[in-house]
Amino acid sequence: MSAESTMVALSEGATQAMTTTLFLIVVAITLGITVWASRNTKGAADYYAAGRNISGVQNGLAISGDYMSAASFLGISGAIALYGYDGFLYSIGFLVAWLVALLLVAELLRNSGRYTMADQLAYRMRQTPVRTAAATSTVVVSIFYLLAQMVGAGTLVALLLGVSSEGIQNLTIIGVGALMIIYVVFGGMKGTTWVQIVKAVLLMTGTVLITVLVLAKFNFNLSDLLGTAGDKYAATDAAKEAGKDAAAFLEPGLQYGATTTAKINFISLGLALVLGTAGLPHILIRFYTVPTSRDARTSVMWAIALIGTFYLMTLVLGFGAAALVEEEGQAAIVKSTGNLASPLLAEAVGGGPGSAGGAILLALISAVAFATILAVVAGLTLTSASSVAHDLYGSVFRKGEATGDEEVKVARIAALVIGAVAIGLAIPSKGLNIAFLVALAFAVAASANLPSLIYNLFWRRFNTRGATWAIYGGLVMCVGLVFFSPVVSGAETGTALFPESDWSYFPLSNPGIVSIPFGFLMGYLGTITSRDDVAEKRYNELEVRSLTGAGSEQAVVH
Amino acid sequence: MTEPETNHQLYEDLHASEDFQELRRKFRSFVVPWTVAFLAWYLLYVVMSSFAGDFMSTKVVGNINVALIFGLLQFASTFAIARIYSSYANRRLDPIAARLQRGFDEDGTR
Repeated sequence: MSAESTMVALSEGATQAMTTTLFLIVVAITLGITVWASRNTKGAADYYAAGRNISGVQNGLAISGDYMSAASFLGISGAIALYGYDGFLYSIGFLVAWLVALLLVAELLRNSGRYTMADQLAYRMRQTPVRTAAATSTVVVSIFYLLAQMVGAGTLVALLLGVSSEGIQNLTIIGVGALMIIYVVFGGMKGTTWVQIVKAVLLMTGTVLITVLVLAKFNFNLSDLLGTAGDKYAATDAAKEAGKDAAAFLEPGLQYGATTTAKINFISLGLALVLGTAGLPHILIRFYTVPTSRDARTSVMWAIALIGTFYLMTLVLGFGAAALVEEEGQAAIVKSTGNLASPLLAEAVGGGPGSAGGAILLALISAVAFATILAVVAGLTLTSASSVAHDLYGSVFRKGEATGDEEVKVARIAALVIGAVAIGLAIPSKGLNIAFLVALAFAVAASANLPSLIYNLFWRRFNTRGATWAIYGGLVMCVGLVFFSPVVSGAETGTALFPESDWSYFPLSNPGIVSIPFGFLMGYLGTITSRDDVAEKRYNELEVRSLTGAGSEQAVVH
Repeated sequence: MTEPETNHQLYEDLHASEDFQELRRKFRSFVVPWTVAFLAWYLLYVVMSSFAGDFMSTKVVGNINVALIFGLLQFASTFAIARIYSSYANRRLDPIAARLQRGFDEDGTR
């Protein structure tokens, strides 16, 4: 990141001091929650699932806190600020996806599982193969997602503190990594849940505030806001070069409309967004924290209301940033690939660079973004650690003989190891595009996890081989296609990891349109080429349990 | 996995009951068509954004074009379908599920 020149204007000493203070307050609050949670965590159900004592409304907030990542808050508004309407697809896909979770997954999963995504498969399949497969894809999805957040944290903090040295970015990544390890090792699911709830409240408050301030500048006339954003875009060099007018900024196609390949890429991205959410392990395990399936439904209803409102506001933030941030700030937004749009918009509506109001709002929104990142990385680390401890250690390695306390001990060690690995991977990945990493996590979740989840709940004949083929097939196809895509090699995109050599045989940077059907196909083929009498026989049991909650895991009474 | 072996028969009995078959039918006959519908509606939006640029860029009021309204309708339909499902589940599914669950707890070995 070479943003030194543009950062001079932003990095008023006062803003820096205020930002640092607010960051430390966020850290203090979250560590306080962790201490409280660690005193109230006794046993495996507490550690993995917060004792299933989280209410529907609380869980709805926590889900929102887990889901609205830095990629949403900074990434979507940034994409809209740079590409106009095309950035809106993310908001819509990320929201509609919740209907898949609500109608097909949330309640059934709450009734049939215990602690991890794999539980629900293991209910009627052979433990070792399905748990190994599910744990593998859980860790892969979570690591991609984790990398995105940590890289984002490094970039953001360095830019906001006005120091763009690599050392500061590395230090931030290590700091965020250390905090998330502390939350997860000591706070477990209770601590993580409350960190996410606090973050959701902070994020919604901050976003509402900025949205109202932006709209007030246009007398609450959306059409005026859009018109100004379009005119500002038309005046940029990028627009003149591409021969685009103001209206083009408000229409689909600016980012994805140039060629047929780009259009198919857009559809592929749309598929991964809408089908990925219900296969994200860190979202799925949140459904285990409520006492009943009815509470799982309530939590998704709240999540849809909060997330939907939030994404509507990102539209205002994105177009607002395009319309209101002055020239120097616009250059900084472009350099940060959009990630600085929201913080700089906050500064602009507060009175602009140098003003007290601008400094306060910039510091406030930066602290919100920081809290956002912390809450999401905690959820991801907990998910991976739980899967390693419960699926791999408890079931595969100890064949179900491990006690809850032994599993929790392993989960804590796993959190430490996964956190360290994530730090180790994030430092050399600093140059990767955050939105790309998140879209990849969604594509893997949709290709590897969703097919086996849906088949298992709705298809009696589905069996162990089908489940493992679906998971490994979807996973390998998805990651493989990305490896052979223009994102990784070749000079086409200008941002590839290996621009010198070219093995980009697959033209799309979003693999979903191929890998998601492939995951479903492999699940089908694996199933029809083998028989698993136990799995078919126990389907009745799974069906009764998932639909009625009969015999499902109960809340812990303290 | 998490249940004692002795509950197997109980689950089979519940599965065979008329109540359960009704619950299963009511659940599936709601979620399957609605899932197909909202996915089709969403894909229509995505495909039209890609391939029907002229139509999507038609201005309706001021700077507000068809694409924006179509996008906002996706929000509206998501909120609406979530509400419809929730009230359907509360009224039609929960009472049957609660009855079956009571049956399980009373006959259960726990």
